[in-house]
Amino acid sequence: MGWFSKSEVRRDTQKLSRDDIWIRCQGCRAHVFKQDYYDNLNVCPKCSWHGKLTAAERINLTFDAGTFDEMNASIRPSDPLSFVDGKGPYTEKVEQSRVKTGLNESVVTGTGRINGVQVVAGVMDFRFLGGSLGSGTGEKILRAANYACEHKLPYIVFSASGGARMHEGILSLMQMAKTCAGIARLDEKKVPYISVLTDPTTGGVSASYALVGDVNIAEPGALVGFAGRRVIEVTIKQKLPDNFQTSEFFLEHGFIDCIVHRKEMKQTLYRILSYYNRSGRHHGT
Amino acid sequence: MERELDFEKPILELEKTLEKLRHHESQGRGGHRSLIETLEKQLDAVRKEVYRNITPWQTVQIARHPHRPVLRDYIEDIFTDFVELHGDRCFGDDHGLIGGFAMLGDEKVMLIGHNKGKNVEENIKRNFGMSRPEGYRKALRLMRLAEKYNLPVVTFIDTAGAFPGLDAEERGQHEAIGRNLTEMARLQVPIVAVVTGEGGSGGALGIGVGDVVLMLQYAIYSVISPEGCAGILWRDGSFSAQAAEALKLTSASLLDLGVIDEIIPEPPGGAHRFPQQTADTMRSVVLKHLKELGALTTVKLCARRFEKFSAMGKFIE
Repeated sequence: MGWFSKSEVRRDTQKLSRDDIWIRCQGCRAHVFKQDYYDNLNVCPKCSWHGKLTAAERINLTFDAGTFDEMNASIRPSDPLSFVDGKGPYTEKVEQSRVKTGLNESVVTGTGRINGVQVVAGVMDFRFLGGSLGSGTGEKILRAANYACEHKLPYIVFSASGGARMHEGILSLMQMAKTCAGIARLDEKKVPYISVLTDPTTGGVSASYALVGDVNIAEPGALVGFAGRRVIEVTIKQKLPDNFQTSEFFLEHGFIDCIVHRKEMKQTLYRILSYYNRSGRHHGT
Repeated sequence: MERELDFEKPILELEKTLEKLRHHESQGRGGHRSLIETLEKQLDAVRKEVYRNITPWQTVQIARHPHRPVLRDYIEDIFTDFVELHGDRCFGDDHGLIGGFAMLGDEKVMLIGHNKGKNVEENIKRNFGMSRPEGYRKALRLMRLAEKYNLPVVTFIDTAGAFPGLDAEERGQHEAIGRNLTEMARLQVPIVAVVTGEGGSGGALGIGVGDVVLMLQYAIYSVISPEGCAGILWRDGSFSAQAAEALKLTSASLLDLGVIDEIIPEPPGGAHRFPQQTADTMRSVVLKHLKELGALTTVKLCARRFEKFSAMGKFIE
């Protein structure tokens, strides 16, 4: 950073209010310097609580600079049910999300390199309608899987989703079957599929492609689960333990292979991918 | 568990009157024959009238009717030689989701389905047809057995949803359902799925990835219950009727959306009034599809299933 841009930053800082400078960690409730939090990849410098990342931030962090090549970017939601709820039409919410995020759907898919290794990836963005699984989301995840299958490239999906998208009704539910059909094909062709669970990965996404990876990796403290916490508390009529439905909880119960700090994620993915014996040579007889 | 549906009142009143008259007649206090005949004709017309105009929310109530036939009833009515197979070989046996070898006409099949109870005690035992992970894992075990024995799979869907409990989460409800979706997509034998009552979200789809998906006329199939949807999107559970409308969860809507392949008609009055008639129709429709699917090669069958689910959904590009 040159001297000129530095003074620009300082001048901006003078105008900032308290809220612009400090951020309250949702993990330890401490106030941390916002810039420190961002510099630390949206992880609390004090307690290592992992905040959310946008798809673009995740892509920057994961792929070698300039290697990510987006595909099917123009796919966006239609309104198959002409859905209107208490707060207005679905189409309005879609437009708000598109304006807010600059994205067309809740997932960004494409190809990129991880320390030189070419992969296909899907990166979900929670800001787009809660990362919900709409028809467009399912289509993009399936097409990326098919591309991975065709080119025998490892497939990685970073999930961040509240689950199915109610505004698309049953068609949203069908995306669970659709995406899993793609995952099944990868399996048949012996193409690696790595699932990375980030906060949150719940409902229909958890019950489809997110937990059937060859390797399931989670970020620390991510909310992972099938049913909503409140639904369960009402059903069983008791309070649930604090660590319930976290990455750590599912590591303990055997559904997640490892919990990896955001700083180590790229290297971990690279190490796992390096075990994929693409040449198809067999060992032994 | 008697529950009368409001919109069925005109039918129920006539039915009660007729019952009384028939009772009199049977005790030899006759003279009502012609009145009975008139009322029977009237009842028929009223049933047709009421059922011609039912709303999605009323359909939800029919789909959940306590007298609606459950899998056990269908097993008795249209299947023969049922050999129930228990357990997931990992943890336990789920009583809300059952399965085993069965004969449908001259077809040997693997039958798998949710089973609600018919009374309080049975519902407690069967967890109201809400399966835990061991249920979905048992289902998958049986599907793989079907694959080994080259038997088509027939699944019956009738659940409010997969059980949302602490133990179910611990044992990986999400993984169990996701695994079934993945494995069913490539199972090398035909799969016919029938939604008979409530098709509740992932809990229904967990055994619902069929080459052919059929649905009884007054069954429902939805991503979320109308109550749940109203609670989230309207912030008020009392908007359930509106949510039911918006979710397009009736068989007619699902056929339009391309999610199901055929509607199995129910007589006006519903399966809870005419269980045997409904079952007989279902039998012939399922058999027809089994025969058609049986004619396909395995490669063709699997490719078709992949294409079918790949095409699900609507978006703009």
